[in-house]
Amino acid sequence: MCKDNYYCLFWIISMIPAFGKYMTMLYSIFLKPEKFSIYWKRFVDEVIQLGLKSLFIVILMSGFMGAVLVIQTASVIESAWIPDYTVGFTVKQSMLLEFCPTIISLILAGKVGSNIASELGTMRVTEQIDALEVMGVNSIGYLIGPKILASLFIFPVVIMYSMVFGFLGGGIVCYATEIIPVEQYIEGIRSFSEDNFGYVRYALIKTSVFAFLITSISSFFGYFLKGGALEVGKASTKAVVYSSIFILIANYILTQLILI
Amino acid sequence: MITVKHISKSFADVQILKDVSFVFETGKTNLIIGKSGSGKSVLTKCIVGLFEPDEGEIFYDERRLSDLKPKARKEIRKEIGMLFQASALFDSLTVEENVAFPLNMFTKMTKEEISDRVNFCLNRVNIINKNQLFPSELSGGMQKRVAIARAIAMQPKYLFCDEPNSGLDPVTAIVIDELIKEITDEYNMTTIVITHDMNSVLEIGENIMFIDSGENKWTGTKNEILDVKVKELHDFIYVSKFLQQMKRKR
Ligand SMILES: Nc1ncnc2c1ncn2[C@@H]1O[C@H](COP(=O)(O)OP(=O)(O)OP(=O)(O)O)[C@@H](O)[C@H]1O
Ligand SMILES: [Mg+2]
Repeated sequence: MCKDNYYCLFWIISMIPAFGKYMTMLYSIFLKPEKFSIYWKRFVDEVIQLGLKSLFIVILMSGFMGAVLVIQTASVIESAWIPDYTVGFTVKQSMLLEFCPTIISLILAGKVGSNIASELGTMRVTEQIDALEVMGVNSIGYLIGPKILASLFIFPVVIMYSMVFGFLGGGIVCYATEIIPVEQYIEGIRSFSEDNFGYVRYALIKTSVFAFLITSISSFFGYFLKGGALEVGKASTKAVVYSSIFILIANYILTQLILI
Repeated sequence: MITVKHISKSFADVQILKDVSFVFETGKTNLIIGKSGSGKSVLTKCIVGLFEPDEGEIFYDERRLSDLKPKARKEIRKEIGMLFQASALFDSLTVEENVAFPLNMFTKMTKEEISDRVNFCLNRVNIINKNQLFPSELSGGMQKRVAIARAIAMQPKYLFCDEPNSGLDPVTAIVIDELIKEITDEYNMTTIVITHDMNSVLEIGENIMFIDSGENKWTGTKNEILDVKVKELHDFIYVSKFLQQMKRKR
């Protein structure tokens, strides 16, 4: 036990320089851009790259998630005393509060995080980042800044799509299997609608925090990579693992802060 | 003129550069020659500020690099064109966009002016009708030439070329050497060329530094280099039996 504590302490201490570097990176993002129009173009590119190109997988996942949730909830609730619309209500609650913001963000951490880390890592290995620096470009601001801003902008949109398609997936199952009547399902989703705004806001706040964590942590591992092509693979694995861990931690903290 | 004084640099206890001093003169092609792994690339990266030397001073004309604030350093960097050993083209951008990159970023030129300038630079390195290709669609030698075009796009005062003609055929290699010499004369630049190609040395070596295991072992010009007495450099030049015979005949 004592030894475990020691290792844990050692791990935390060894993280301090990395954390310092991470903070310096975040600081450099906010230095004045060399030319606004170029950064704007980068922003638009990243919105497409990080957001729109993830939309398909997100919609697919959400649709199936909604469908499975409906079947599972309906099969658990067999008592005649519980009205059918409870299924719709349960699906709504779990989708809005947890599945869409957190699970989809974890999926995005896998897709977007590894993409960012390997892109920046390759640029580091092939000296493209050095080339930017020698030209006098603020390479962190140019490469990472637009990624973070784009994800803060587009991830909440993606999550809203996820919510819509999640509900739709559930609805399709109700319609196709008649496990519960579609009207009941819709009623369930509409029930207690005065809380819905709060839930969506909570989901979007969470998503924004996760978006920031995913892009900044993955950029960190890619940008500060040392070594060759082999390290690029390792960096993208690390990016996914660390962004996922920090998403889970942040999820816990935010839930505690906002919902309680 | 770039002056380097007593530069030392180590990586994790291995000393790569040992007390290197040299003056790179304006309007001349200054060569850094030496064996693979002798520290040529590390030295240039120290000069442009990608590595922080452990000891020593670097002067860009009168400006001492270590005295400069980040902003002033950035200004110097806009006067630097650099060709990296592995080209370092941006692989998400086309050939044209690569060369236009610094122009877009730092100048107020119009689209037409930029396009003209890009085509002019690409023409000079003999890359024609490849504007819309991506770097991955080019051969290694072509990438190198595009990278040279990018390095000279801003008409730099200081031009660094890390092995500009490695991976090129002898004919193109000479063309590139002559191009570098030509623009150096034309714009009165301070040009630094890293090479281990003796053809280049004899073609454009106006001011040569020979570096061996991180030490400056010899300095001179192309006219002096064939009669050199320094053992390491002698071994570097007269590697082949053929060249040794040539020397005996001379
Ligand atoms: N970033 C780095 N970290 C640690 N060691 C390095 C680094 N860069 C270069 N070195 C070491 O410095 C030495 C000199 O490398 P350098 O790249 O300057 O050689 P070079 O003279 O350019 O050789 P070549 O002609 O093959 O390009 C090598 O032993 C290399 O291992
Ligand atoms: Mg080298």
